[in-house]
Amino acid sequence: MSVGFLLVAWELYANHSGIKPTILPAPSRVFEQAVLNREALIDNAIPTIRATLIGFACSLGAAFVLSMLVDFFQPLRRALFPVFIVSQTLPLVAIAPLVVLWFGFGLTPKIMLVALVTFFPMLVALVQGYEATEAEIGQMLRVMGAGRWRVFMLARLPSALPYFFAGLRISITYAVVGAIFAEYAGAAKGLGIYMLNAKNNFRPDLVLAAVGVSAGLTLVLFGLTVLLQRLAMPWERDAGRQIAGKGPRR
Amino acid sequence: MTRLELRHVRKAFGGLDVLADISLSVGAGEFVSILGPSGAGKSTLFQLVTGAERGQGGMFFDGAPLDDYGRHFAFMPQRDALMPWRRILDNATLGLEVQGLGRKAARMRVAPLFAEFGLAGFERHFPAQLSGGMRQRAALLRTVVQERDMLLLDEPFGALDALTRAVMQRWLEQMWRHHRWTALLITHDVREAVFLSDRIYVLSARPARVVREFSVALPRPRDSTGVAGRRAGTLEAEILDVLLNLQPSKGHDHD
Repeated sequence: MSVGFLLVAWELYANHSGIKPTILPAPSRVFEQAVLNREALIDNAIPTIRATLIGFACSLGAAFVLSMLVDFFQPLRRALFPVFIVSQTLPLVAIAPLVVLWFGFGLTPKIMLVALVTFFPMLVALVQGYEATEAEIGQMLRVMGAGRWRVFMLARLPSALPYFFAGLRISITYAVVGAIFAEYAGAAKGLGIYMLNAKNNFRPDLVLAAVGVSAGLTLVLFGLTVLLQRLAMPWERDAGRQIAGKGPRR
Repeated sequence: MTRLELRHVRKAFGGLDVLADISLSVGAGEFVSILGPSGAGKSTLFQLVTGAERGQGGMFFDGAPLDDYGRHFAFMPQRDALMPWRRILDNATLGLEVQGLGRKAARMRVAPLFAEFGLAGFERHFPAQLSGGMRQRAALLRTVVQERDMLLLDEPFGALDALTRAVMQRWLEQMWRHHRWTALLITHDVREAVFLSDRIYVLSARPARVVREFSVALPRPRDSTGVAGRRAGTLEAEILDVLLNLQPSKGHDHD
């Protein structure tokens, strides 16, 4: 609704204010150009998607392994967290060109930058999730005879799931932005470099078309995480249905 | 026959005395309660018995020093500690799975008990879908199915509303009569202790020591009406009197 209203207002303003379409293109023109240039857009979106997904997967894997290490060896946490926090303060604008300079125009620097922006939020989400485990469940499991590993697998890991998915939803949006930033700093192909070229050719309509594609991409990935959460946490889905009392009773 | 025996057990956390002097025993097939004010260190006692914490003094099981904690006890914590992500059936099998039983075998052991625990038809439900009383029954099912020597119940009905709690106490008393579990119950509810127990140890405020031991010589099934009910009421009043007249213990003097 609100998006629709904004688009209509923008369309009217662009058509009646007399501003040239090379400065402010109307949404209709952006859409028209997006359709006309769809092959180029798709062609450039694919490397971005690839960088996002591979980078995010690497970051997830690293965050998971490290979160477990930190959970099992608490001193590691104090040793490692300052480093990670500093990694989060690095301005992407300055870092992205450097990483491209060091690792070239290929996929590697993109993966690294995506991982850099998504790793810490995922790590924090997981570590917090483990710690949200009900103390009594842990105590009960230990009386049952479970060792640390069993307690982790049976209680701490599942307890972290809601935190994991909250982190996932935030990070996946960072991931797309991170990938585009990396491409902006230098790439053979990708939405980021496409935007840069369009801007340099005075084609704001194509910049906006690429922005639209990246926004759509982010929304799709976000939707996927929501779907994944529903699949992975069926008890949350059913929790709303309080059926005790209505169900079978002796 | 005495199963669990504690002799002069003490515990301090960083200079703060929590347990001053606890001696108690629980016989085979006996239901014993530990009754004390909130924050008296009752739960600490369970932590010692289950090996989560180490204290001083002697702890014995069947006459031998207590060392292999896990083998003897099935523990039911305050609140139900059901895992929200496991269905009721899989929550009930948890202890058996930890013991190393396969999931299928564990389910077969547990499944016939659902009717007796009033949970038939709810095997596939998640804990969040059940009422408080049902969750507690599921938690008790998970506890007893482990077939340990003794049950440790830590204020199992503390989180329930008064009516549900009364229903659950009756139900537990009835279950206990059938099964004659050896059980040690922690509670701060005098009526609950009298209704369920064979014997009651009354603890002082922190640092906790045993101030009185009561024998509940009331016929079972327990009845809160009639002559037995009146006798129970008298005993409750007597216990409550002890609890209310507890002298502030020495450990508090320094502050």
